Amino acid sequence: MSHEPALPTGAIGVEAVSMTMRFGDFTALDAVTINIRPGTFHALLGENGAGKSTLVKCIMGFYHATSGGVLVDGHDARIKDPVDAQKLGLGMVYQHFTLVPSLTGAENLVISRADAPGVIPWRQERARLDGFLDRMPFRVPLDQPVNRLSAGEKQKLEILKQLYLGSRFLILDEPTSVLTPAEADEVLGHVRGLCSAGQISVLMISHKFREVTQFADDVSVLRRGKLAGGGAVSDLTHADMARMMMGEETERRELSRTLTNGETVLALHAVQASDRSGLKSIAIDDLQVRAGEILGVAGVSGNGQTELMEILTGQRRLTGGTISVKDAPYHATRREARDLRVRYLPEEPLYNACAPRMSVAENLAFRLFDIGTDGKPRIWKNSRAILDNAASRIAEFKVKTTSPHSPISALSGGNVQRAVLARELTGDVDLLVVANPCFGLDFAAVAAIRDRLIEARNSGVAVLLISEDLDEILELSDRIVVMSEGRIAFETSAAAANTAEIGSYMAGHA
Amino acid sequence: MNDTATASLGIPRPALAKWLPRAEAVAIPLAALICGLVVFSLFLLTQGKSPIEFYALIYKAGFSTAFSWQNTLSRVAPLLFAGLCVALPARLGLVVIGGEGAIALGGLAAAVLGASMAGASPLIGLPIMFAGAALVGGAWIGAVGWLRIRRGVNETIASLLMAYIAIALMNHLVEGPFRDPASLNKPSTAPLTDALRVGDMPIGVEVHWGFAFGVLACVISWLLMDRTTLGFAARIAGDNIRAAQVQGLPVGKLVIGFTALGGAFAGLAGFFEVTAIHGAANASLVAGYGYTGILVAFLARHNPLAIIPVATLLAGFEASSGLIQRRMDLPDATILVMEGIVFVVILLSETLYGRLPVFNPRFWETRA
Repeated sequence: MSHEPALPTGAIGVEAVSMTMRFGDFTALDAVTINIRPGTFHALLGENGAGKSTLVKCIMGFYHATSGGVLVDGHDARIKDPVDAQKLGLGMVYQHFTLVPSLTGAENLVISRADAPGVIPWRQERARLDGFLDRMPFRVPLDQPVNRLSAGEKQKLEILKQLYLGSRFLILDEPTSVLTPAEADEVLGHVRGLCSAGQISVLMISHKFREVTQFADDVSVLRRGKLAGGGAVSDLTHADMARMMMGEETERRELSRTLTNGETVLALHAVQASDRSGLKSIAIDDLQVRAGEILGVAGVSGNGQTELMEILTGQRRLTGGTISVKDAPYHATRREARDLRVRYLPEEPLYNACAPRMSVAENLAFRLFDIGTDGKPRIWKNSRAILDNAASRIAEFKVKTTSPHSPISALSGGNVQRAVLARELTGDVDLLVVANPCFGLDFAAVAAIRDRLIEARNSGVAVLLISEDLDEILELSDRIVVMSEGRIAFETSAAAANTAEIGSYMAGHA
Repeated sequence: MNDTATASLGIPRPALAKWLPRAEAVAIPLAALICGLVVFSLFLLTQGKSPIEFYALIYKAGFSTAFSWQNTLSRVAPLLFAGLCVALPARLGLVVIGGEGAIALGGLAAAVLGASMAGASPLIGLPIMFAGAALVGGAWIGAVGWLRIRRGVNETIASLLMAYIAIALMNHLVEGPFRDPASLNKPSTAPLTDALRVGDMPIGVEVHWGFAFGVLACVISWLLMDRTTLGFAARIAGDNIRAAQVQGLPVGKLVIGFTALGGAFAGLAGFFEVTAIHGAANASLVAGYGYTGILVAFLARHNPLAIIPVATLLAGFEASSGLIQRRMDLPDATILVMEGIVFVVILLSETLYGRLPVFNPRFWETRA
């Protein structure tokens, strides 16, 4: 039976009060209080890992905060799970689409309702939907399968779905990351309109200062789980926000740098490739790394760093341009990598650089199993040499493992990283390409791995460090470039690096 | 417990880490096989037949006397080759199930080449037929690898569908262009001259040379996989293709090479079926060996050496099918039902690897 649900309408305010969330020893959120006033567009800024997602997951009931609570419309709300949140009128639009691609827009809307009947009377539902759409400020084609809609239309449909479900407070998790700038402006413009009309209040997670300034009323900035600042957007400049996001001066560990830069080792010239989505392109006009320097590539996740790594490892085809190592053309074949002494440390090493079911000893042998001590190719595997190599690498890099025969997947993350580092840094290395080497590692492992990278640099290795952790880039690099939208947007020497300036280029705003 | 500590039973920890995975790789398939046979016993009971009599007959017909062993061993060869056709690509992470097609085309190639060299000496003729069968089988399954790596076509589906194409192609050629006009009831290629037939091994039993070559192929495959750098590279690619790419390994060539090698072995199964058993290519080549080979490879955990005992066991099952049919009044397909049930249980048992605490070194340490 179809009946118009007697849901209250109009924007509601939500306040997170002194929210703390701990995972074991790790404090992801530390007494964060933010207040989203009814009918306002509130932006939540912060670097990766600053606690933004944790905060909204606590509000939506995915996580149960260690302490602190949520006030909805001024009342203490107990939100056990997302269903409770939905009942209170809180809805969330995720970074990635949650629509069923093969169903039409109308079908997606109707089946998303918790009370959708077993047999759906389409004629009535359709009439209701049309009535609902008439009250909306924007439209989406409802009779086409969702997979035929553009990304912007899908995102609008996601927002319509939330309104259709009766949400009066919307959380948008980086809603524009999959949209073109024009689509982003259109979608956010509509959201802004709904706020101004008093229909909803919005909390939007974003990296992009431009969107914040253009659309938001208020902003809150998180840094390392703490509220680093906030206020009315009209009172803040981009530099203010960048400073809140990055912190004042990052204290830099004293790392002894002993060598000055040498010859150019890696050179990318007019390199072009398509990105993961196949829609945008990666274009790097000129990038050079010299012997004895660490070049840090900073950038917000999803701006082409993954693709850059894939280009350098030969996993992504170039559509134009050249890569050369020590003036020799380079296509990342095994032969070239060996002759030109190129090594890699990809992010998430268990996933990208190890054979998880093979043993620690075998994984340590990936670089040397097919050549003999005389440098000639081998046909027969030398099991003795593989075990000897494993014994010395395990000792030298302090890899904790039950035995060299254990599968490498049985090791902790830090020890997998040490093992891969041991493999890649053994022997003569001229170029080391590293991506997010410390992702998900504990403090001690991080320090050990960074020391190894500096050590390699001091011994004359050219290091290309791709990292989403700006502090890491600032600590390790001699020179820094910023990647944004698949391009090198900015370059500076580490000595002259200005956090706020780097931050604003990372956020796609020059 | 310090670093040099030994676990209980006086076994040093590194040895445990080395041997427990091997024990696991033997114990789980064995347990699954037994479970499958128990489930099959229930099926027999629903048919009002005695499982004990059934298994006793299998033992009697397949393994009890020199004669029954001869009966079994003479059926092992095609299962060894067909098992390799599944096991080699599997080490690269590919599930290829179309060995039957490569057997049919390999056998056809051998028969056609042999018929065209009617007067040739065996020293010249047989190697050419051998190479032809391997080449055709290798090209057929190698094409499956090529489709996978260059075009992203699912290798399981492609190999299965290509098996149907291969069988149809063989039937067409046997009934058409290559048909011996003298073969009236059963269209066949021209019969091979005696010189171009492969005989029994000179060891006093009627087991043809295919058995020796099949065992040799298993040993060579094991050496290739476990003792050469090429096999090592293939195992990296099979375990994590991204890691193999980052290491600059030629993943595409490895995939095509190992699928082609598997196909070449399946082609040899056809060669021996034609030269040692049938004497010509005809519909009898499609006897389901390619499909039993899938079960062989999975039971052997894709380990080429383990294929030898597993193939022997299954050959014994198949050797006993005639006796079971006569004595127990069960249809021929009963053995297929048993193989199917065992296969399902084997696939289910795949989920147990790494989950049983007995095979974790820590289990033994905590008891110290």
